[in-house]
Amino acid sequence: MSNSNNLDEQPIHIVLVGNPNTGKTTLFNTLTGQNQKVSNLPGTTIEEKKGFFIEDSTKVNITDLPGTYSLYPNGEDEQITTQFLLNHNANAIDAILFVADASNLERNLLLYTQIADLGIPTLIALNMLDMLEKKKIDIDVSQLSLSLQSLVNPINARSGKGISQLKLAILKSKMAVQRSFFAPTEEQNKLIAFNSETGTPYYKWQSFFSKFKSNELDNEYLTIFKEIVPFSDKTIADETSNRFNIIHEIVVESTLKKEFNKKSITQKIDSVLLHPIWGFLIFFGTLFVIFQSIFRLAEFPKSWIEALFTWLTISLKDTLPDNTFSQLLCDGILPGLAGVMVFLPQIIILFFILALLEDSGYMTRVSFITDRLMRKFGLNGKSVIPLIGSMACAIPSIMATRNIENKKDRLITILVTPLMSCSARLPVYTLLAGLLFIQNTSALIDLRGLLILAMYIIGFIVALLFAFIFKLILKQKQKSFFVLELPDYRLPKWRNIAITLKLKTKDFVFNAGKIILIVSVILWFLASHGPSEKFDAIATKYSTYNGVDKELKIQSEKLEASYAGMLGKSIEPAIQPLGYDWKIGIALITSFAAREVFVGTIATIYSVGNTDDKSVISGTLAKQTNAQTGEKTYGIAVVLSLLVFYAFAMQCISTLAVTYRETKSLKWPFVQFLYMSGFAYLMSLIVFQTLK
Amino acid sequence: MTAADLKKGEKAVITEVIYCDLQCKLLEMGCYCGKDIQMLFKAPFGDPIAFDIDGYTLGLRKEEALKLIVELK
Repeated sequence: MSNSNNLDEQPIHIVLVGNPNTGKTTLFNTLTGQNQKVSNLPGTTIEEKKGFFIEDSTKVNITDLPGTYSLYPNGEDEQITTQFLLNHNANAIDAILFVADASNLERNLLLYTQIADLGIPTLIALNMLDMLEKKKIDIDVSQLSLSLQSLVNPINARSGKGISQLKLAILKSKMAVQRSFFAPTEEQNKLIAFNSETGTPYYKWQSFFSKFKSNELDNEYLTIFKEIVPFSDKTIADETSNRFNIIHEIVVESTLKKEFNKKSITQKIDSVLLHPIWGFLIFFGTLFVIFQSIFRLAEFPKSWIEALFTWLTISLKDTLPDNTFSQLLCDGILPGLAGVMVFLPQIIILFFILALLEDSGYMTRVSFITDRLMRKFGLNGKSVIPLIGSMACAIPSIMATRNIENKKDRLITILVTPLMSCSARLPVYTLLAGLLFIQNTSALIDLRGLLILAMYIIGFIVALLFAFIFKLILKQKQKSFFVLELPDYRLPKWRNIAITLKLKTKDFVFNAGKIILIVSVILWFLASHGPSEKFDAIATKYSTYNGVDKELKIQSEKLEASYAGMLGKSIEPAIQPLGYDWKIGIALITSFAAREVFVGTIATIYSVGNTDDKSVISGTLAKQTNAQTGEKTYGIAVVLSLLVFYAFAMQCISTLAVTYRETKSLKWPFVQFLYMSGFAYLMSLIVFQTLK
Repeated sequence: MTAADLKKGEKAVITEVIYCDLQCKLLEMGCYCGKDIQMLFKAPFGDPIAFDIDGYTLGLRKEEALKLIVELK
């Protein structure tokens, strides 16, 4: 820390650019360690990863840009990289660190030659030398540096080999110059001559082209451009072919292939994992293991957290004087927080397994084997990653749809992704599943785990159903395609996973925790206060009553008369057909802030009207009965109706906000809210009315 | 013949990338004239198809593989 105060040099700003699956993120983590944060790109709401390191008393700021194969963007995430580089002056970029995968050099160098032509100082980090040895290819790094006329730094981002030399090279990167590869056509030259920006000819061409693609070109230029547009696809194809001709020669000069025919480990694993029959079985087996482990493994830390909160509540009640503050703390805040924090272990396990699948390279295989099926439903194999990721959270998943090139495929994926059961529903499902099945740790299969797996599958099926409906309604403008690299299998990089887990857990605890805290406080207030004349009337009514349940009766009548009770009662006519009473009504209303608030709300509501010290909510709920009929409040019909409602209803403001951001239109979040909540209401109605 | 006609394990050389919307994308992914291509495996129901393009694995739909004219090695 003291280092950052006496830096004698100006900070350097570099950006990381490269193809997807080149180990760019691993290199970013290796270079910056813990010094990183995720923030929004200036002027947009697109996430960017930033970090820094200090070497030789110079601070080096690094921005990690989304991986791309070319500067001509095919999807939204590729467009981010191109735009960022074209605005390199505004973004104050000193140099580019280009990450190239050594085992696939020719394809990687295409992007390098385009970037080199932009005229921004560029360094090359040649990654994965260990993979290279396995593939029996040898690269002459000094020959490669010579042919590219650029400094090539061999590294192994995973082991850290070559990183210290790379850091030293970065300090001098501002001075880097590189050769040009661009041979403009006659038409391109005409356009370039018209562009008065400062920059290399290729920069001027790219700047023109991107403005044309985003309809920002002035009329005057548009006329000139249109002369060339009919050929623009061919222009780019020719440019790409020319680049590959040069690259091919360079790579041939500097590589020596020893052996090529040997079947790689990846291909051997693929022959099992992508087997027409075994492939699907393994996929479903994996899902099964995920849901079982969520319950089995989380059981212990969960009981510790429960015990901690129970102990905390009891000891605070004993030591604090009985006043408004201690009531707020023990009846409002603590039960609310406990209700959600006990689910932290499950959520961490889910995020961990998903990160593992993503990092190992298995997730893209799932895209590959499901593409044909998904296509039938108006989706794309690439939709599977957002859909599976949505089991954790729909928000990053909706952002992850950016790599779906086709606009319609992407829009449909965004619209149906929130139907997948996310981790916020997990606490709700767990609570409700606990009401249906008694916990039995000795059983071979956890029935609650099975029910929740069923809920996830139902979510998926309904997502496909609506995707199909949207496919029929929405108009297709662009051809759908699926061109996907299947990266080599890799042992997961634990450090990458640890960093991801840390960021996500922090996000859950602080963001969800904040909302829950606020909601708990408001709820506690609403549930323990009410119009004073009603409260006085209750006090008078029981002043002469002397039964043992006096306190309990007063409490429950007060809750009904409270502001929260009034709120719940006001929506009771709408939710009664679904089997819900006004207490559930309160929880439904607060759930619109975030689904997991349901559990905290239920915990707060029942602990206000309850003298029991037990913090285990499901036990309390199982005992609840309807005041009029004497039936259980949480009977099978009600529990199933609630399960269905929470599975389908759009109850997440953050998701709606991200849909708005990604579709840039208010129409789509509106459509999303209406179709999901409407469907949820209808299905809950059917479930309750059939089962009651 | 096209890349879609290759049988499992067959090796070929790309001789032409047919002009289409995807021509640029296919080129960018390293499918250009003179490149070695090998059919690795197919997804269930024969679509999409995975190819080895000079050391890396690329998944393409059948209709996309039809755009790659190849010659058996």
